[in-house]
Order: sequence, then structure tokens, then C-alpha cells
Amino acid sequence: MAEKIHPDATSALAGLLVDGMTIVAGGFGLCGIPETLIDGIQASGVTGITAVSNNAGVDDFGLGKLLRTRQIRKMISSYVGENKEFERQYLSGELEIEFAPQGTLAERMRAGGAGIPGFYTRTGVGTVLAEGKETKEFDGETYVLERGIVADLAIVKAWKADPFGNLVFRKTARNFNPMAATCGRVTVAEVEELVGPGELEPDMIHTPSVFVQRLILATHNEKRIEQRTIRQEAA
Amino acid sequence: MTDMPKGWSRDQMAARAAAEIKDGFYANLGIGIPTLVANHIAPDIDVTLQSENGMLGLGPFPTEAEVDADIINAGKQTITELKRTSYCSSADSFGMIRGGHIQLSVLGAMEVAENGNLANWMVPGKMVKGPGGAMDLVAGVRKIIVLMDHAAKDGSAKFRKACTLPLTGTNVVDMLITNLAVFDRADRSSPFVLRELAPGVTAELVRSLTEAAYEDGLATRQAA
Repeated sequence: MAEKIHPDATSALAGLLVDGMTIVAGGFGLCGIPETLIDGIQASGVTGITAVSNNAGVDDFGLGKLLRTRQIRKMISSYVGENKEFERQYLSGELEIEFAPQGTLAERMRAGGAGIPGFYTRTGVGTVLAEGKETKEFDGETYVLERGIVADLAIVKAWKADPFGNLVFRKTARNFNPMAATCGRVTVAEVEELVGPGELEPDMIHTPSVFVQRLILATHNEKRIEQRTIRQEAA
Repeated sequence: MTDMPKGWSRDQMAARAAAEIKDGFYANLGIGIPTLVANHIAPDIDVTLQSENGMLGLGPFPTEAEVDADIINAGKQTITELKRTSYCSSADSFGMIRGGHIQLSVLGAMEVAENGNLANWMVPGKMVKGPGGAMDLVAGVRKIIVLMDHAAKDGSAKFRKACTLPLTGTNVVDMLITNLAVFDRADRSSPFVLRELAPGVTAELVRSLTEAAYEDGLATRQAA
């Protein structure tokens, strides 16, 4: 069996990073983001990245780290609201942004990973996000053609993996990670816990090993919370 | 404008929207005032709340001890799970939404047009944050309720003949609850009908602060 487990992010990313590449990253907000691999990409100094991710992190966390170092040239995202450095670079023209509706972005990853180059959706019809895109009528409704995404590299965060690369995610940290894992020409996963062969219940695996080429034990699991909302315990 | 009645509070608007939730519904509540709707659902109504980041069956905010960074809602707030909770990927979550499996969504808005067009994501010239899941929700959820202030701070109408801001969706709004009034329509080929007024608010005031055409359903309601 080809060894998928690497000792660290640098090793797992070796030979995969090229200036101008497209990288898809799992995560929603700051939840379920591949913190260790983002640090590895930052350390590599690779630039001109097109980053496909639902959000852009915050100034000093998540993809925000790669924005700060100007390693990202373009973002494909649904919502980028929490990032001041993003705003500055975007307004000054240093950074390009392509907005995709959130469900369309998820489906574009799933389609790309499943060998589907395009699909029709009602989402966005009649809005600026459908401008210039082909439309088609089905049963009297108008739908817009959206493209599947295949990236040079996918980076994902999972809860558990076995040595084969089978992945299990935890709660809402799953989000975009399963689709991101399918749509990278190479997919690197970082996981909170590595378990032995046979220790994952086959029926409970979210991402089958075929989608994962390289694997590391995550060393950054800060899991920063964006909105810490608390309920007072009843007296 | 100085003696204009304030009408309903945000909580009262949320409570009015909550009254539209029927027993057994699966519903998605947007960020902001729509989140307050959850606080006003009657105890005898069983509703399952969905969050588009892949959670079905949202519980209340956690206590300090219950906080789990891996359990958040679409507003990135920490949340708890319930016995019925299930998690899924974002693709499956939007399959629920786009596929018409969610009965109701409550959203905020900047403008609503008389033909049901909605603008709630972008102001040209200002920093654009992106549509998030709003375009998917209005395209797929079966009933869309909008909560918004009836008029802008300068008194200009937000319920308009046509939206002036970039659209989130075309012909997607089924019900509009403002601080002054409630409008709904029978289906998406019907005009909006004025159904209710907030206390102290007259039909004339609503008319004067509305650019959209709508039918007056107050008289027929009283006669019925």
C-alpha cells in the first residue's frame, strides 16, 4: 500500500505547490478549516493562488493568513464579510473576487469531483451573479448553467482518519469538507486523530479513501469561535 | 415624519412571523431579526430548524460548559444539538433547500418589489460581502417571509414598484412583515394584499410610505 500518512504539512504539500494554482479549501467560517495545511502553504511562499472556499477567514486566522501575505490573487466564495484585510485588498484592486451563492458553490465542488462539468440551478436566476451565463427553461422555469470546479489541490480538515485515508467529520465541522475532498486533483487531509486499520466503522465513513491522497495529523486545532453565544443556565 | 408611529418592535415582528410556522415544519431562519423568530414559536408547535452549514435540528445557545466549536449555526454562533439533530455536508444541506424540502424561510431585506422580487445582499459602491446562502434559500424554500422596516430612515419606501438594488431573487417573496403592516399573497402570480396594521398605524400612513401597488384586504377581513 502506498503510504498516505506524512509527518507534517511541509512533507504532505511537497511537490504540489505551484504559483498561480487553484486550491479548494473546506470549512465554514472558522469551523472545520485545515489550519495546519494553511500554515504549511503560508510557509511555502507559493503565490498567485486562486482560493475556492466559502469564506475568507478573519485577518489572522484561516485563509486570512494567506491574504495577509498576499499569496492569494483571487477568491471564489459566497461570503467574505469578516475580514478587514480582504476588504482593503479588494477595494484597492489587488485581489479579485468571484461570488458564488453558497449552495451553488457547494454543488460546483460536488459536480467537479463527480465528473460533471456543469449543472443547471434556479439559484441566482435574474441576479447579477447569473449575468453572462447560459440559461435554459425546464418545465416553464428558468435555470442558469453553473460550472463544476476541479482544483489543482484540495485541503480539508477531518476529525478522524485511518491509514487508508477514510475520513470522518465531526458535527458542523463537516460543511464543505466532503465536497472539497472530491474536487482536488490531489487532496491532502489533516485530521485531529489518526486511528488504526479497521477502527472506523465502514458504514460511518463520510469520505472514502479514494478521494484522499495524503494525510497528516493536524498540529493546529485551535478551532477559534467567531460568535460565542451563551445561554444563562436556569437558576 | 416626527409623529410617525413606530408600530411593532423587532420582537413583535418576529412573533408575527413565528405565527406562520405550522406544526411539523422544517424551517430556516436567516441572520438578524429572523433569528428572533425561534423565541416566539408556540410550545405546541413542533418545528425543526435547519442551518445551511449542515445542521438539521438546531437547539438553543449553549451554556458556558456546553460550548463546542464544532457546533455552529449559519451566523457562526455557537449552538447546541437536540435528540433529533442530524448533520450533513453543505451540498446535502443545500439539496434540502434547493430541492424544496424546507417549508419556510424568514429573511431580512433591503427592498421588496410588488412582483415579489427581493434585494438583500448588495449595495453598489459599498463593500460587497457576498450573498451567502440567501439566493439559494429564496430559489428553493417553498414559502419566503421577509421581515424589514417599512421605510428607510429618510422615509423613502422599501416596498417598491421595482427594486433599485441588485436582486437576490425574482418573484420569491410570499409574505412581508414590516414594523407597520403585514402583506401576503395567495400565490406567486397574485398581487400582495394588505392584511394587518400595527397598533396606531392607519392604512393611509402605510399607503403614503409604500411605493408598491397592493390590494387592501382590511375591509374584506373585517366583513368576513
